[in-house]
Amino acid sequence: MIKAILIFNNHGKPRLSKFYEHYSEDTEQQIIRETFHLVSKRDENVCNFLEGGMLIGGSENKLIYRHYATLYFVFCVDSSESELGILDLIQVFVETLDKCFENVCELDLIFHVDKVHNILAEMVMGGMVLETNMNEIITQVDAQNKMEKSEVRL
Amino acid sequence: MALKIVKGSIDRMFDKNLQDLVRGIRNHKEDEAKYISTCIDEIKQELKQDNIAVKANAVCKLTYLQMLGYDVSWAAFNIVEVMSSSKFTYKRIGYLAASQCFHESTDVIMLTTNQIRKDLSSPNQYDTGVALTGLSCFVTPDLARDLANDIMTLMSHTKPYIRKKAVLIMYKVFLKYPESLRPAFPRLKEKLEDPDPGVQSAAVNVICELARRNPKNYLSLAPLFFKLMTSSTNNWVLIKIIKLFGALTPLEPRLGKKLIEPLTNLIHSTSAMSLLYECVNTVIAVLISLSSGMPNHSASIQLCVQKLRILIEDSDQNLKYLGLLAMSKILKTHPKSVQSHKDLILQCLDDKDESIRLRALDLLYGMVSKKNLMEIVKKLMLHVDKAEGTTYRDELLTKIIDICSQSNYQYITNFEWYISILVELTRLEGTRHGHLIASQMLDVAIRVKAIRAFAVAQMATLLDNAHLLTGNTQRNGICEVLYAAAWICGEFSEHLEEPMVTLEAMLRPKVATLPGHIQAVYVQNAAKLFATVLRGHEGVPADSMVAQETSQLLIDRLPLFVQSSNLEVQERASCILQLVKYIQKLQQKDVEVAEEVTALFAGELNPVAPKAQKKVPVPEGLDLDVWINEPPSGSESEDEGRKSKGKAVFAKEESRHTKPRYTEVDEKELAKRREVRKAEQANNPFYIKASPSSQKVYQDGVGVEHIPVVQIDLSVPLKVPGMPMSDQYVKLEEERRERNKADKKKKKDKKKREKGEKGRRRRGDSGPESEEDITPAHMVDIVTEEMPENALPSDDDDKDPNDPHKALNIDLDKPLADSEKKLPVRSHRPDEVLKSPMEDRQVVEVVPEPKKKTGKEKKEKKDRKKSKEKKKKHKQEEEEDLMGAGSEEPVQPEETKEVAAPPPASTPEASDLDFWLSNAPVPSNPQAAAAPASTPRTASGMAAVAPDSEPEEAKDTEPEETKSSTHKKKKQKKEKKKKKHHHNHSDGAGDESVQNGTVEEEEPLPPMSNYALLAENSYIKMVCDIQGNLQDGSQVVVSVIFENKCDSFIKSMEFNVLDSLNSKLQRPDGAGPHDGLIVPFQLPPGISNEARFIFSVQNIVMPQKLKGTLTFIVKTDDSSTHEKLDFKLHFTCTSYLITTPCYSDAYSKLLESGDLKGCSLKLEGVNQPFHHLLARICFHHHFSVVERIDSCASMYSRSIQGHHMCLLVKTADQTVSIDAKCDEPGLLGNVLDEIKLTFSQC
Repeated sequence: MIKAILIFNNHGKPRLSKFYEHYSEDTEQQIIRETFHLVSKRDENVCNFLEGGMLIGGSENKLIYRHYATLYFVFCVDSSESELGILDLIQVFVETLDKCFENVCELDLIFHVDKVHNILAEMVMGGMVLETNMNEIITQVDAQNKMEKSEVRL
Repeated sequence: MALKIVKGSIDRMFDKNLQDLVRGIRNHKEDEAKYISTCIDEIKQELKQDNIAVKANAVCKLTYLQMLGYDVSWAAFNIVEVMSSSKFTYKRIGYLAASQCFHESTDVIMLTTNQIRKDLSSPNQYDTGVALTGLSCFVTPDLARDLANDIMTLMSHTKPYIRKKAVLIMYKVFLKYPESLRPAFPRLKEKLEDPDPGVQSAAVNVICELARRNPKNYLSLAPLFFKLMTSSTNNWVLIKIIKLFGALTPLEPRLGKKLIEPLTNLIHSTSAMSLLYECVNTVIAVLISLSSGMPNHSASIQLCVQKLRILIEDSDQNLKYLGLLAMSKILKTHPKSVQSHKDLILQCLDDKDESIRLRALDLLYGMVSKKNLMEIVKKLMLHVDKAEGTTYRDELLTKIIDICSQSNYQYITNFEWYISILVELTRLEGTRHGHLIASQMLDVAIRVKAIRAFAVAQMATLLDNAHLLTGNTQRNGICEVLYAAAWICGEFSEHLEEPMVTLEAMLRPKVATLPGHIQAVYVQNAAKLFATVLRGHEGVPADSMVAQETSQLLIDRLPLFVQSSNLEVQERASCILQLVKYIQKLQQKDVEVAEEVTALFAGELNPVAPKAQKKVPVPEGLDLDVWINEPPSGSESEDEGRKSKGKAVFAKEESRHTKPRYTEVDEKELAKRREVRKAEQANNPFYIKASPSSQKVYQDGVGVEHIPVVQIDLSVPLKVPGMPMSDQYVKLEEERRERNKADKKKKKDKKKREKGEKGRRRRGDSGPESEEDITPAHMVDIVTEEMPENALPSDDDDKDPNDPHKALNIDLDKPLADSEKKLPVRSHRPDEVLKSPMEDRQVVEVVPEPKKKTGKEKKEKKDRKKSKEKKKKHKQEEEEDLMGAGSEEPVQPEETKEVAAPPPASTPEASDLDFWLSNAPVPSNPQAAAAPASTPRTASGMAAVAPDSEPEEAKDTEPEETKSSTHKKKKQKKEKKKKKHHHNHSDGAGDESVQNGTVEEEEPLPPMSNYALLAENSYIKMVCDIQGNLQDGSQVVVSVIFENKCDSFIKSMEFNVLDSLNSKLQRPDGAGPHDGLIVPFQLPPGISNEARFIFSVQNIVMPQKLKGTLTFIVKTDDSSTHEKLDFKLHFTCTSYLITTPCYSDAYSKLLESGDLKGCSLKLEGVNQPFHHLLARICFHHHFSVVERIDSCASMYSRSIQGHHMCLLVKTADQTVSIDAKCDEPGLLGNVLDEIKLTFSQC
């Protein structure tokens, strides 16, 4: 199970947060801050796994993250997920964002966090991986966007 | 910029969208909070409008603010409004907002039920999709119950997009509403074979998630997953399945054996690192679950270790990390294979990546041995020095202590060295782990008696140099060690050389700056030291001055402590001060007081197991929940209840135990309580017992071996001047070992000479130094920890009672009852469900009639099951066949195997799996399966009779069957039954060969089993089966099932066989030729389990018998007895044959070659159908059918040493003639004799 997906920038500003378990807003912010502290002090050329510790419920969980330019993509997962699999998933996520926003950059995420959520919803649902095929994800996202546009025209 | 701000804040107040909000926030960096609060006010205005577009826009902005940490729950109702918009655009916004901020206690959630139901059944797939996605985040028990049926329907939706989402969300539904699991499970299982890969993957995902928590309920799915594993190409699915198998194998070692081969293939073939890694992980799990007596798996371990080494050496840090992670799993069971990579792991300790260093540290923990402990710790100490002031250093410190103290200090050969390491560790400044070091010092000093003199000397030095440790006391946790030092010096003061000096050190004014609890120990132990000084100096006239001086010292110094603000210190100090004053008076009158003072601290402490207190059983007749006195009044008790509830947050356990509730006290109970008190006292370092011998030592204490006391080896000097240096010990230890080795060699040489020939046979005498060769410098008496009498062995303290998955521990193999086919609805809200206008018929149907249901249940059960089975039958058969094809491992004859798989299969599901798994040890048996399993029904009568007769037949089946599963096994069982009645119908079937694979009703066969009774007495029963080992031409595998027949626990089973020249039991390396093999399990009453033993055989031409003995211990509540059981293992020539498929062209070539010699056999009066006869030969004698034409069949088998054996079987008028050919006539003759015997027995 994926417990949470966080995106924040090099200064710890949240760009997307998706918790698959309920926490209060304050706890969520605290988790984001702590995660940022843990992740940001790591060198570029160290491994992408962090034992979660206190963060999000216990030692069974792991933080798996990737750092792209100005953004950190962090997945908090439990032992049922494959570490390398999740790394691949992050890659798929970023590539999908890249396709959907055409050369994605931090600004896209800042101004269109709802769209990022919609894309993510086609990949992960309720903490479980729904789809890993990028083409399939993009097809569904496009179809829904088309529907939105047609509604605007009405 | 200014223009923008104006534009953002005023003009567009009512149409500010998300982008504007974000922009605004970015432009108000300095007063962000203020800006946002005005935005929230705007949003509140917008939400008041009727225009849904404005509302949706507002909700969208709120979602963003929620991410920034603002509580938006006040808008929950507006979110629901937006969710119910008919436009997809707004609906999506609403659901997203809900998924971000709704949770179980959001009260408006109950308003959403009908809206969600409407969306779920929307003709637009994206409406449904959005609803499912949202629901997955905020589903509550109520929603789950009310919507479970709708979601279940969606699992069969025409669009895969909906199906996969519906499947995935079911997991959440199960969690919130466990009752839905059983009704939904069959459909979920179907989805494992959905044509759409996404849906399939979702189903795998859900089942894996379920199975991870309650694996045993999903064992019966193993064949299906196995098939998926061998057929799927989706790495995501493969990874999940492989991970799942990792969770299942510990429950079923046979599954592991089956998995090894395909997993190994994957490891070799895959290019995806993630998949490779998971395969390795699961192979490791398999190897862990297998009993160690299987030498064949060393190759698999080697493969894993080798692959992992490649990962660890990779430049990719991720792979390195994972490699180390997996390595630590192997370590637990196969430490030797990992230990050879010690260099690599030590290298990782220098890695710049902390995650990797921590992993490497973890590994080191398991890699230490007596031999390398000192070396490894030395290396770690170097790292400690390097890692100044970091959390990593603390981690190192705890690891060093963990490593040294593991399994009861098993690897420490020199405790002086260990004490000096601990003392060195006290020099670390700013560590948080002072208490850990202190507890280690205490533990070692108390439990290792021989080390006390040394420990006391070291501690005295520590006390003397206390100022070094307490540099800045405030943030220095290290002063905790002074607690231990003071206590050790006091308690074992008889070992002190200069107690006066230490006493003086303990009473220095500086001590008053230490934390209170440490001062208290100082004061108390100063008194102990005082007693020792008195005893040492009294009676000798010249020394009486010293004694009096000591008293004066205490009288001078103690007042400082009497003024302490710490109550404990104050109290002790004033007590002792008065005592000393009194003693001084006596001394002045020349009265001898030493003995009496010493008596104050007499007695010895015994260590108590950490869980001892918890394990004290509740005495019979004591009900802890009964009130002693009636609770005073309602209001008060309520109050108390609340109080205790509040307390429970912090100390759940204690509050239950410590509440003083006494029932009537009888003698027995008093005795029990006394025991409890004793245990408690023993635990308390300040408590002094009357006589040390009154405590019993339990040798069976958890994991503690009792090591007998042996004299101290004085080859190491007991005192090292000054502060100890652990390095010195490393050197000394090496020298000592050398000496020991030399000594031993001498002794052995002597022995050898004495023993002459015999001595030389023993291996390993002059081999490299092994673990056992290193004798500890101090043969120490590691005092066993005590446990209370009647301590309960169960160790279930670790389970979390709040785990939501507990409720999902549901038997899924039981057939569904009628009442279950529709999802049940919780009875407390049936009215509501009925009233709801939106309710569709499904839900109405579901309204429960609890009483009726239960009443009916029993009556209906049989019929229900029957009908279910019928429906399922066809599908299952399909599955079976596919299964066979998918695994490329032909299936064995199921009828027979089912019965063959004996006692362990006490439940029907288990037997199901047993059948599938029973393939594992005997890797192939295709034709055998072919004969009964894939025979098309040719007999005309059969088709009609079978289904019709079934219901009647089923009625008189035994009750056990009613419970059994809807799986294939069960159906076969039934058919077997049926078979008895319709014996005459079932003739002439099975003309086709295997390749045909038609899905038809198969011909029933009477039950067959290869398991033969080996021996039996009133305690235990052994049945065994002997099979050739495919991998190794000179081995046979004997599978023995041990069944406990008595009411007692059977343990320590040892299996031994008297080897003959020809056949030998394979024993682990280093075991003597007469040593028995330990059976790797224990048997509770009524339980059976299977163990495998491997024999190497040289000559296979002749059958052979081996004598053997099983010894075991029968343990009852109060006693245990050694028992033994003799048996004779019969290796028939058949057991050397391995079922091997052979194609007809190869077969004819073989016959033409002319290398084979012939022999023939005639059997008279055989009145079984021909296919039964073939099946018997296949099953009992490991042949396979090559070709069959009417009443004539050719069969083939191969011996483990490669002899070909061909049979031509013909039948006519109850006479069967067998013409046989083989390149080894002796073997052939014996096999034919055995075949004859088989048929004469039936």
